[in-house]
Amino acid sequence: MSITAEPVTQESPAARPGWRRSRWLPYLIALAALAIMSITRILSDTDDLTSSGTFGVALRTAAPIGLAGLSGLVAERSGTINIGLDGMMVMGTIFAGWWGWEYGPWMALLGGIVGGTIGGLVMSVATTTFGVNHIVAGVAINLIAPGVSRFMAGELFVGVQGGAITTSPGNKGAIGAFTMPFLSGGDLFGWTTPDILGWIEDHGWFLLADAAGLARGLTTAVSWDVVLTIALFFGIAYLLWHTPFGLRLRAAGERPSAADSLGVSVHRMRYYGMALSGALAGMGGAVLVLFANRYQENQVAGRGFLGLATMIFGNWMPAGTAAGAGLFGYAQGITLRTDPGSLVRALILAAAISLTAMAVWMAVGRRWQALGFMSVFTAVTFWAFFVASEPNNQLVFVTPYVVTLIAVSVGAQRLRPPAEEGIPWFKGMQ
Amino acid sequence: MIERIWRASLAPIAAAVAAIAISSIALLISGNNPIDAFREMWQTIDSTESVVLIINRAVPYYIAGVAVAVGFKMNLFNIGSNGQFILAALVAGWAGAQVSLPPPIHVTFVFLVAILVGGGWALIAAILNVTRNVNVVISTIMLNYIAIGLVAFLLSEFMSDPDSAGLVAQTEEMPRSAQIPPLDDLIELTGFHLPPGIDLYGFVIFAILLGVGYHVLLNRSRFGYDLRLSGENPDAARSAGVNPKRMVLITLFMSGAIAGMIGLPFLLADPNFHKYGDAFPATIGFTGLGLALLGRNSPIGIAAAALVWAMIERATQRLAPIGIPAEIGKILQGSFLLVAVIAYEVIRRRNDAAATAAAAEATARQRLEAQPPGPGSTAGAPA
Repeated sequence: MSITAEPVTQESPAARPGWRRSRWLPYLIALAALAIMSITRILSDTDDLTSSGTFGVALRTAAPIGLAGLSGLVAERSGTINIGLDGMMVMGTIFAGWWGWEYGPWMALLGGIVGGTIGGLVMSVATTTFGVNHIVAGVAINLIAPGVSRFMAGELFVGVQGGAITTSPGNKGAIGAFTMPFLSGGDLFGWTTPDILGWIEDHGWFLLADAAGLARGLTTAVSWDVVLTIALFFGIAYLLWHTPFGLRLRAAGERPSAADSLGVSVHRMRYYGMALSGALAGMGGAVLVLFANRYQENQVAGRGFLGLATMIFGNWMPAGTAAGAGLFGYAQGITLRTDPGSLVRALILAAAISLTAMAVWMAVGRRWQALGFMSVFTAVTFWAFFVASEPNNQLVFVTPYVVTLIAVSVGAQRLRPPAEEGIPWFKGMQ
Repeated sequence: MIERIWRASLAPIAAAVAAIAISSIALLISGNNPIDAFREMWQTIDSTESVVLIINRAVPYYIAGVAVAVGFKMNLFNIGSNGQFILAALVAGWAGAQVSLPPPIHVTFVFLVAILVGGGWALIAAILNVTRNVNVVISTIMLNYIAIGLVAFLLSEFMSDPDSAGLVAQTEEMPRSAQIPPLDDLIELTGFHLPPGIDLYGFVIFAILLGVGYHVLLNRSRFGYDLRLSGENPDAARSAGVNPKRMVLITLFMSGAIAGMIGLPFLLADPNFHKYGDAFPATIGFTGLGLALLGRNSPIGIAAAALVWAMIERATQRLAPIGIPAEIGKILQGSFLLVAVIAYEVIRRRNDAAATAAAAEATARQRLEAQPPGPGSTAGAPA
């Protein structure tokens, strides 16, 4: 007997047109999205909408969300619903702030991983060993972590120059950044290479300039912790779907009794899963600390939950999670640009174009109920945007959550979580 | 009876001991004397003033705990109670200031608005669940954040007090007719005297009524039976003719409606508020999740948990001046909660296992008595 190491594809009850299942579909959607952005940029004359600067900031804000999503993905694939990952991110920020201040930025990254792992293991003791309901344990972790963090901050930072109970004195040095040579004008052995993408971007051609802006944003002055984050997406995908360990880990989430009958220790797998999940969440916290260059209280600000949202949005797959994180990171990133107001207005236009396209598609497919829900959410959101006297950051803040709510209510039937996640498992259970 | 109380309090006592041990270790690591800390904490709460302040603080906590307990009873995790709470508090505070009505009607009006807004916000998650099969945990988490944005938006665009605009964002203060008088006379009757400026919320009576109502509804009504059955055994509930979709809709509405009332003690009974604004304590809904877990969804348990929570917060208020970090309260609360949750689960599993073993033994004995095993019989073989 063998279990296939390929991702499980969903069997559709009715025969679907072939193009829907094509592996090129995600790329087509991405291209269409970029085209819509490009049209919007030209129509509304806001070059910053798809500039490399905007995409660069978006990548920076997407990294912690993506790590949180990846953290949730690993936990849920191994069978534990990790509502507590927000608390684990908080643990990551306090440890990162501490070690970053004492030893420097790379130790901050390690500290975040250590702090998050502690959180993950504590939760796993409750959920795996004692079989506590996963939501209950996660809620408990989320309530505890800010308390522990505040206690530690009081002990570590109060009375230190530049420190307070709400903030660390600041990291010792910066982590440095990477710029791709030749494409984005990075240095190569002291020689400044040509900035080809920058040259294309400056010409403002339809689609080409936007693609160059995207590529240049992703390859210019990318902080090393973000580079590591991107690498982790590939690493985790490889680990889970192309190694025996990954197969065992996923088996613990899909069918623990089957895994057990083949000699896999389900409890050990779930502990590994939660330790890795905590480490990723804690690293997400560390990335926040490295961005702000210090620990700040409430720095996480619900990004753990946002990460869970991206994971669901991404259908429990790394690529989907990365796409979700990119989308939400972009929504957060534009608020950090010089003129967020014009960007928000341009985005409304882009959203209107793409939602109309989606609505037409749904109407053609006669999915009236889904269409109804999407229209209600969309109408309310647009109403709020148009009523606002000035482009309101609060509404941009809300956008990712509305998008996720639309995504889960329109596509809930197509989402496929691990089969037996969230169910405590003990030896001898079926 | 005594055995029942002992059994119910075994886990919390174990958790309290563990929590005190853990926070003592934290204090020792940070170079403080735990005995000094706990002595100071005891001295802080040992006064009439402190008792009244603890009760006041426990009231909204208690309502927050009951709000999520309703859902927990049915295995519906309403993580979004905080969103329902802040949205309801804002709209009720705003609406209460717009009208002038005779006192009892005015208070009822504010109640109704809070219930409808809180319940209505929770109903979004319920409708998505029954029509689109969206997980309640996921949708309520999303709705929490949407509520935060919506509250900020409504407050800045429509509902802020024009007189205070620009300084702080807050609704207009509600008139006197919307205020519930304090219960100070009741305290004086018992022979204790309150220092000036300290009032016992008149809202306490309502909180007690809410607990009684919750208990009666859940344990003495057909609906409560259906609700508990749906939580413990959904298949059995369906076979018994309970409509699961209807249960989800009603239960989440109720949970949201009670969550909508979390802010009312501040709006109706606290002289420092009588309005919604940036100063409002806006995370009590989350605390309620922990309290419902601690109190095991029973009204008395949640009340006890809320009082302990408020007591810890009051007790740690005067630690900082003597050089002990007040945040030790958070460690106490957190470790108490985590250990209690684990202890409940261990005891529950042990009881379940004992009950299963007893039932199996009884069945085996019955079978043995009814049909003595003859030669070649398979009575001894596992089923």
